[in-house]
Amino acid sequence: MKTTQLFWALVAGALFGFGLSLSAMVRPEVVLSFLRFKDLGLLLVLGGAATVALLAYQLAPRLLDKPFFGQAFVKHPSSLNVRTIIGAAIFGIGWGLCGVCPGPAIAGLGSGNWPLLAAVLGIFAGAWVQGRFFFGR
Amino acid sequence: MGQFFPNGIAHYLAGGLIIGAAVGLLFITTGLVGGMSTLYSSTWSYFSKQPFFQQANLINSRQWRLAYAAGLLLGGVIWLAWSGSGAWQTGVPVWQLVLGGFLIGFGARLSNGCTSGHGICGLASLQLPSLLAVLTFLATGIATAHLVAWIGGY
Repeated sequence: MKTTQLFWALVAGALFGFGLSLSAMVRPEVVLSFLRFKDLGLLLVLGGAATVALLAYQLAPRLLDKPFFGQAFVKHPSSLNVRTIIGAAIFGIGWGLCGVCPGPAIAGLGSGNWPLLAAVLGIFAGAWVQGRFFFGR
Repeated sequence: MGQFFPNGIAHYLAGGLIIGAAVGLLFITTGLVGGMSTLYSSTWSYFSKQPFFQQANLINSRQWRLAYAAGLLLGGVIWLAWSGSGAWQTGVPVWQLVLGGFLIGFGARLSNGCTSGHGICGLASLQLPSLLAVLTFLATGIATAHLVAWIGGY
């Protein structure tokens, strides 16, 4: 069961990485031109992705007793508190500075955009500082 | 319309639908919710003894998150081979990538989600806090990108 889950995570990840590359989200320049209102394509990517995911999230638990290769459909509620909002604000500042997101940083490496390694290392460093010094609830 | 989409819309829409299908596939096969940013904490659980990184939810999810990330890399490679367009490298200066990356990593983990976690998975599961997070990072992202352009940055 475990190996099967890892296999499907790999397959889904590959599909995700292909979509991020096809939609040019692995190019920070494209993200920055969205944030500067020069090309609104990112809204189509986010809207298209959220719509399909919405269908899966809403329909699958109603049509299936459990996932094909798992025990249960996970619920992952986000919490309404000040950390969620302050964290998002800081995330946005970094996003506007470099045009990179956590997923595209990795997919971009696969498509040969190797300078993104600097961003990946930065993200790991930021996540460590958060966990080490700011993990209170 | 064209002025807002100078590079067309087809690849944006197709890519978005594929990304949604990927998140849906992960959910239907395994039941897992596939945001990306937690990977950057769960991977630290292999190296750091800090209590935060030894939480059960990070240790229990670190393997599939790494497999998911390996898939992302693989998907990029497959696209490169399929498109035949050749590798392309960003011109964003390294200091912006490192500092921006640091703020992204810190902020996403404080917020418990990023563009995929809050933006795709959170919105798709109709979470109000995620909608607020998305609106917040859009606002600060737009403001920062304009500020950087205004002071003559990349």
